[in-house]
Amino acid sequence: MANVPLQLGIITAYLLIALVVGLLAYRVTDRTAEDYYLASRTFGTVVLLFTTFATLLSAFTFFGGPNISAGSGPEWILVMGLMDGVLFAVLWYVIGYKQWLLGQREGYLTLGQMLGDRFGSTVLRVLVAAVSIFWLFPYVMLQQQGAGTALVALTEGAVPYWVGAGGITLFMIVYVTLAGMRGVAWTDTLQGLFMLVMVWGAFVWVLAAVGGPTAATSKLASTDPEFLALGGGLYSPQYVISTAVSIAFGVSMFPQVNQRFFVAESKTVLKRTFALWPVLVILLFVPAFMLGAWAAGYGISPADGNVLPLLLNEFTPGWFAALVVAGAMAAMMSSSDSMLLSGSSYLTRDIYRQVVSTATQRREDLLARVGVALFAALTFVASLFQPGTLVEIGDTAFGGFAQLALPVIVALYWTGTTRKGMLSGVLGSQTFYLASVFVPVVPSSYLGGWSASIVGMVLGLILTVSVSLATVAAPEENASRFSNLQAE
Amino acid sequence: MQPIVTERVRIALWGTVAFVLIALAVPWFMWRSDAVIAGLPVWIWWHVGWLGLASVVFYVFTQRAWGLGVERGENRG
Repeated sequence: MANVPLQLGIITAYLLIALVVGLLAYRVTDRTAEDYYLASRTFGTVVLLFTTFATLLSAFTFFGGPNISAGSGPEWILVMGLMDGVLFAVLWYVIGYKQWLLGQREGYLTLGQMLGDRFGSTVLRVLVAAVSIFWLFPYVMLQQQGAGTALVALTEGAVPYWVGAGGITLFMIVYVTLAGMRGVAWTDTLQGLFMLVMVWGAFVWVLAAVGGPTAATSKLASTDPEFLALGGGLYSPQYVISTAVSIAFGVSMFPQVNQRFFVAESKTVLKRTFALWPVLVILLFVPAFMLGAWAAGYGISPADGNVLPLLLNEFTPGWFAALVVAGAMAAMMSSSDSMLLSGSSYLTRDIYRQVVSTATQRREDLLARVGVALFAALTFVASLFQPGTLVEIGDTAFGGFAQLALPVIVALYWTGTTRKGMLSGVLGSQTFYLASVFVPVVPSSYLGGWSASIVGMVLGLILTVSVSLATVAAPEENASRFSNLQAE
Repeated sequence: MQPIVTERVRIALWGTVAFVLIALAVPWFMWRSDAVIAGLPVWIWWHVGWLGLASVVFYVFTQRAWGLGVERGENRG
């Protein structure tokens, strides 16, 4: 890509706008943890819809998804539609609405706090937070790595990796520590709208240049006819279901997504977001991934780099391609800033304050901000070295989070769940899943193509229920804590 | 007893609706089909239409049954 000054100008302008939004949010943010982490639970429909959406979409939407579509066919649209549009929406109600009601009544800020309170167990609280940070940390590292690498590619090496990734990290520390959740969500909303406009702009522009969808699809049919047939190759039914289910349940337990279940201003906001979800998913993924699939027809392969920028370079002017890459950077940053904020709330509230007895409320404000800076700095340093083990953990993070989902759902809906049941379900499924990733003798695929993540989820469910049935709740457990919920 | 039975039936009905929405988001009955209409494979059109339908069904759910299985009691709507 040429014209480095223009591209740097676009990125800089974008960063400045995000900073201004962060400062505006800072002016209305007060010093309490609830306001800093959850914007005092005041989000309306547009902000909640777009902050959740922008948070869900990472570099993957712009680069990974189109690359998979170009390499294996556009069935990836179905995987993401099933996972994000339908399964996640159902979980939005089953997990999200229940958590929102509980947050309203009990004042919870994190998932670990909610479970720790219900089961009278600091150990469970620390465990859930520790498991979450274990999977989150390398995932944040991969986002920073993605942003740094994209900046290197965009500027043809004029901005070295450590300057790009480090600059973006520093920038995120500034506006996240200043403005907290409100700043993150407001910038997310802009970023989400920007991404949507950019993807449709790219879709229309490329189709106009190649002569419409019929021409593009005919071209694809002449080079990769297999891509037009549903299924085949990578896409077996087991793969489609395993991937969609594992990611959907995993997403619901990602700290930055799970914490958003607490922030809606009212029941109406949750209802509207729930109903609009599938439409938003289709609006973004169909054009983004079809562009990827069509690129294959024009001889663009993921082996040459990210297909979406390559396709745009072929058919649109340089400034437009730069804008779309800026959109991808926006996607990465809107995920990273939310992960930093949520990760630091788990780190400071669920671990540090539970383990260190001298932690006081007075230091909360400072601690919250130090937590963000520390988390961001550590992931940045890790991204400089990119240790293979961390990369592997980051790549399998969705499956790791998915292991938490079923024990949490059981706890939310079944008063018979016991602390021992929860600890067994969480520890058992995590141990199994980690073994499937790292221990060669434990297979990663079962019964003709079902992933270890799915097997681990079932194992966690069985352990949680059976151990709960076999044990008695301790006196300090609050079996009725999650019951008798009433809106308004 | 009556209200509890009603609630259970409603949970089962809406649960079935959710299951069907999930199960047919991928048109399994078109497996290996490569027919194209208006420049897109037919199975993509199905998926687009199905998620549009999901949105409408979700909207109806929010208007008629929101709170079902989550909130306590019959006072909802």
